[in-house]
Amino acid sequence: MNPRYLPLLATIAIFILAYALCYSQYPNMLSTRVVGNLLTDNAYLGIAAIGMTFVILTGGIDLSIGSVIAFTGVFIAVLLANTSMHPLSVFALALLISTCFGALMGGIIHTLEMPPFIVTLAGMFLARGMAFVLSTESIPITHDFYDTLQDVFFRVPGKGRLTLIGIIMIVTVIVGVVLAHRTRFGSYVYALGGGLPAAKLMGVPVARTTVCVYALSGFMAGLSGIVFSMYTSAGYSLAAVGVELDAIAAVVIGGTLLTGGSGFMIGTLIGVLIMGLIQTYIIFDGTLSSWWTKIVIGGLLFTFILLQRGLVWVTSRARI
Amino acid sequence: MLLQGRNITKNFPGALALDAVDFNLLPGEVHALLGENGAGKSTLVKCLTGAYRRDSGAIFLDNQPINPRSTLEAQDLGIGTVYQEVNLLPNLTVAENLFLGRQPRRLGLVSTRRMNAGAREILSGYGLKIDVSRELSSYSIAIQQIIAIARAVDLSGKVLILDEPTASLDATEVQMLFSIIRRLRDDGLGIIFISHFLDQVFEICDALTVLRNGRLVGTSKLADTSRLKLVNMMLGRSLEEEIHKEKDRTASVDPVQLQFKNFGRSGHIKAFDLDIRKREIVGVAGLLGSGRTETAEILFGAIGHDSGEALAEGKPLRLTSPRAAVAQGFAFCPEDRKRDGIVADLSVRENIILALQGQRGWLRALSKSEQTAIADGYIASLDIRTPDCEKPVGQLSGGNQQKVILARWLATNPRFLILDEPTRGIDVGAHAEIIRFIEALCDEGMSLLVISSELEELVDYSQRVIVLRDRAHVAELTGDAITTTNIIRAIASDGHEDKVSA
Repeated sequence: MNPRYLPLLATIAIFILAYALCYSQYPNMLSTRVVGNLLTDNAYLGIAAIGMTFVILTGGIDLSIGSVIAFTGVFIAVLLANTSMHPLSVFALALLISTCFGALMGGIIHTLEMPPFIVTLAGMFLARGMAFVLSTESIPITHDFYDTLQDVFFRVPGKGRLTLIGIIMIVTVIVGVVLAHRTRFGSYVYALGGGLPAAKLMGVPVARTTVCVYALSGFMAGLSGIVFSMYTSAGYSLAAVGVELDAIAAVVIGGTLLTGGSGFMIGTLIGVLIMGLIQTYIIFDGTLSSWWTKIVIGGLLFTFILLQRGLVWVTSRARI
Repeated sequence: MLLQGRNITKNFPGALALDAVDFNLLPGEVHALLGENGAGKSTLVKCLTGAYRRDSGAIFLDNQPINPRSTLEAQDLGIGTVYQEVNLLPNLTVAENLFLGRQPRRLGLVSTRRMNAGAREILSGYGLKIDVSRELSSYSIAIQQIIAIARAVDLSGKVLILDEPTASLDATEVQMLFSIIRRLRDDGLGIIFISHFLDQVFEICDALTVLRNGRLVGTSKLADTSRLKLVNMMLGRSLEEEIHKEKDRTASVDPVQLQFKNFGRSGHIKAFDLDIRKREIVGVAGLLGSGRTETAEILFGAIGHDSGEALAEGKPLRLTSPRAAVAQGFAFCPEDRKRDGIVADLSVRENIILALQGQRGWLRALSKSEQTAIADGYIASLDIRTPDCEKPVGQLSGGNQQKVILARWLATNPRFLILDEPTRGIDVGAHAEIIRFIEALCDEGMSLLVISSELEELVDYSQRVIVLRDRAHVAELTGDAITTTNIIRAIASDGHEDKVSA
């Protein structure tokens, strides 16, 4: 078997095992309703994590996405409350801003040869600050179109609901998979993660790829902000604090190498679902503190970092 | 004429890297490009492939003038390069590495199936039947090298430049690579082969061009060139230039202090025996890449040995790390002063006390006044030109930096000092001073091992000279046999070990 599938298989195995454990205790957890809620509740995180996966595959990091999600939410809420613009045009504007914001960070990272950590850290403060400039209060979103969107869902057998935002996440994952594994852009993303000097020598358009990757992450953060505003029906500048770290955790648990160059989009989805599953279990249990989610995720992260380290070590020894 | 460079000149600030060099490559020819470090080989290759802009001169490919601005442009014109390292992406599959940027597509999406089929077809032409959907890193360096060649040939197809392709391959892998080179040559490709291994040059090449100090020394057919002539061309001296020295050259009669028996590490340096006497200077000669630095590093524990043992006055020594070596009274001034020697941002004082403090451990810190006293002592005795001991060492001249490193090790009071190219890149005055120190240290009872590419210098102070070729110790010269002529003969000699003694 090809060893590069090993982290992905480990992720899938952990997910199945965890689900089996939950099922053995609470048989209801295998219902379509729980699965549907799992998708809906984690939609915003999943979308943001797909963008983050691209960034991490290049060997970079994007710390700004939590703030961009909050900014997008406040931006939408303020515009809807104070103007008569249609939500769809507000969405388009929000996506344009978040994409340009990401592209700008990518451009700075490439042209100034700055570490992505610092540039996106600055972006994180900037976006959060801009959200506060727009409003410090939580603004409720009351718009007929929002009610319509929230009522869009497919009934699946067993009382489950596949909501619009759940569908958006699934579509995002599919687009991510195709983009990463079936396009030249995707191969350039992996190439950057494999090593910048070699990628340059092989003719990879480094500048374009770097800018595109951060623009994509910005777009995904914007989309995640829209989904989050539908999920919460509000825009609040203190929302989604630390989502970037959850997204990074999901990407790593999904089997992507934090140093870049290796990983799968589908792994990220499963990483997000594992995190959601832990939370669902805690809700089912009712007595556990929700901080147990963090503890379990911390343990999983360590396990995966060790696994990846071990894998790198094993493959570097077992050459043909 | 396939590829022709005429009067290529390249200036770097403060140095003329290439001085009107001509280079001619015929189709169906393997052409060796030879020269010591800094001779201008890589500068020439970079000018030919557009990685550097030449200052003057012209390049012709198939008799058409070309002017590549980047390696990618040169590749499109037909000149492909395979570097020693950093060629391909270890995390992509073999097929992706071969097709990156030009993957076959269907409906805008990459067709992995067609890409893999194409990759298998390309590689079958090289006799390689491997799973192309596996990551490149799961294959050995030799196979990666062949894949890099396959990509370069597939993309360019006229000229193939191989920059030290065999540096990390073993003997069978080298043969595998050579059979591919021969096949490409027979297909009419022009191949430029850069290597430090003279045996390989004589095995595979049809013609050679030698550079020295940025100048063309000569071009000739390999059949018309003897090893001796080639080494002379590379080192830039003729056999007549012999200067006999009047110095007393009685071999050291002091007892053997250190013994290395069958000491070596596969892939780095072939196992060797070496005895070092007290009060003795052993010189090490050889071309670049012959294993000189590896010899120093293995003695100092910087690369671990996998065979043999070391004895000090008959008792076994543990030399598993530089730290262990320092504890045994070893000291090592490395070749690359800037990278491995000085800590540029620290002061002269801090650099000088570094090894001594390391030896004492952090619990027994040297006080500031002790440090200053030690530093000032060496600044005076080695005549280090610095306004005071607090100046950052990076701001001193090369010769003074070398003296600081020397002082660092002298402060640990070593019994065995290894110097790798102690006089490289320093001015004439400091050069003479360093040689004087070397001799003075020996007279005081220290044993020294000195590596140098300056043969006169070695002849001047060594009581014995070890000659290396292709990562093995091939000869030992003692007494009156130590002459530059004999050293060059030993470097050029063909394979057989010989001991020349007075």
